[in-house]
Amino acid sequence: MAGLITMDDLSNDEIQSILEDAERLLPVAEGKIYLPLLQGKILGNLFFEPSTRTRMSFETAMKRLGGDVVNLGDVKTSSVVKGETLFDTIQMVDGYTDIIAMRHPRQGAAQYAQDAARVPILNGGDGAGHHPTQTMLDLFTIKQAHGRLDGLKVILAGDLRYGRTVHSLSHALTRFGCELIFASPKLLRMPAEIVEDLTAHGANVVETEDLLSSLEEADVVYMTRIQKERFADEDEYTKVAGAYKLHASNLEGTKEDMIIMHPLPRVDEIHPSVDQTRHARYFQQAFNGVVARMALLCRLLGVKVPEDISPAGGEL
Amino acid sequence: MSQEHNMRRVTAIRNGTVIDHIPSGQAMRVLEMLNMNKTTSVPVSMVMNVPSKKMGTKDIIKVEDRELTQDELNRLALVAPEAHVAIIRAYSVAEKMTIQIGEEVTNVVRCTFSNCITTNLREPLAHRLRVMGREPLVLRCHYCGRPQDLEKLIGNLL
Repeated sequence: MAGLITMDDLSNDEIQSILEDAERLLPVAEGKIYLPLLQGKILGNLFFEPSTRTRMSFETAMKRLGGDVVNLGDVKTSSVVKGETLFDTIQMVDGYTDIIAMRHPRQGAAQYAQDAARVPILNGGDGAGHHPTQTMLDLFTIKQAHGRLDGLKVILAGDLRYGRTVHSLSHALTRFGCELIFASPKLLRMPAEIVEDLTAHGANVVETEDLLSSLEEADVVYMTRIQKERFADEDEYTKVAGAYKLHASNLEGTKEDMIIMHPLPRVDEIHPSVDQTRHARYFQQAFNGVVARMALLCRLLGVKVPEDISPAGGEL
Repeated sequence: MSQEHNMRRVTAIRNGTVIDHIPSGQAMRVLEMLNMNKTTSVPVSMVMNVPSKKMGTKDIIKVEDRELTQDELNRLALVAPEAHVAIIRAYSVAEKMTIQIGEEVTNVVRCTFSNCITTNLREPLAHRLRVMGREPLVLRCHYCGRPQDLEKLIGNLL
C-alpha cells in the first residue's frame, strides 16, 4: 500500500478530502467522542532522531482511534547502533505492524523505507527533505483560520534552507495558488532547486531578507527556528537571528485575521508577548497534529471516516 | 584528416565492439563506466582527440572479442550519450546500436548528496536516479530527490 513520503503523493482533491475527514474527527481528537475506527491496527513508531510533537501526536492519534502503537525506542539501545541497515529494520517492523511512522536523519530514508516495506510509510521527516504530515496539519490550521487554502499570501520566515517543514509546505501552498514570501538570512535561503521547482509550477515567489516590512500584507506568517550551529561564529548568529524575531509590537497594522504559525519548538523567534494576541496559532497548530494524523492514518489504512460522527452512543 | 585515416590509427578488429563518437577526452571514463579499465582481459584499443566532422574531435574505443550488451552501453549515457556503437563480426558491421536512456539510471552511479540514505553502501536496494530531462541530461535521486551534478556523479561510479 502506498504511503505518504512527499506531498506529491496526494492530489489537491485528496488533500481537501483528508482535511474534511480531519475536521469531522475533531471531537474524537478532543476526547469528547470515542470512535475506535482503528481497533486492532498497530502503528510502528520509528524515530531515528529526536521528536516530541510528531511522535506523541502519532501515538495520540492512533490511541484516540482505538489502535495501538509499538515504538522503536531509543536508537542508542536498538539494533541500529549495532549497524543494522534501514532495510533490515524495516523488514522486521513491517512484519510487526500495519503502518509505520518514521523520522530519520538521512534524506530519502522515507522513500527507501517505502520501497523496502509492504505496509504504508508516513514520513515524519527525512533529513532536510520532506515532512508531509506536518504540512497536512499546517494546511488544516490555515484552512481552519481562513476557511480556504487558495490565493493566500504566506510568509515563510527563518531557516528556509534546512527546515524541512517549509520545503513541504511551500510545495503544497504553490499547488493551491498561494503567493509566497521567503524571508530569511542569505545563508539560510530556500534551496535553489526548490525555488526552481516552485516557479516551474507557476508559483509567485518573492525572496527577501526583510521579514518585518512584509507583515502587513500577509494572511499567514510561518516562523521557523534559526539554529545557532548553522553559523560559523556566534556574533554572526546573533546579528542575523535578531532580524527574525516577532514581538507583539511588530504586529500593529497587520491584517485582523493574519495568523502566526510555528512548527515548534521555538527558542526566541516568537516573543511570549505574541502568545496573547489573536494572531498566535502555534499551540492550536500543535494540537492539530493529532487530528490531521488521525485522518491520515485512516486514509492510508483504507478506513473510511464516517460522514456523521455524532456523540450518540459514543459520548464520553 | 579523413575518417578512414582515423580508423587506420588502430587496426580493424575481426570480432567485437566499436564505440565511436565519444566526446573528446571521455574515452577513459567510458572504459571506467564499462568496468573495463582494470578487469578486462580482451584486447582494447583507444584513440583520443582525433578529428571528427560532426564533433570537431572525438575519441574511439575498439573492444575485441566481446559484444557489449544494450544494458552495458546504456551506462554510457552519462558521458557519451551520442556515441555510435557497432558490433563487428568477421570484420564487418553486423549490428548498429545507439545508447538509450530510459526513465531511470539504475545501479550505475550513486547519488552525490552526502546526506542521502544511499551513502550507506551496506543498504541493499538499487541506486536509482530518475531522468528528469534528456537534453541536457537532468537526473534526480529517486530517494532524496536531490538534483545531480553530472561531473561529480561520474566520480560516484558503482
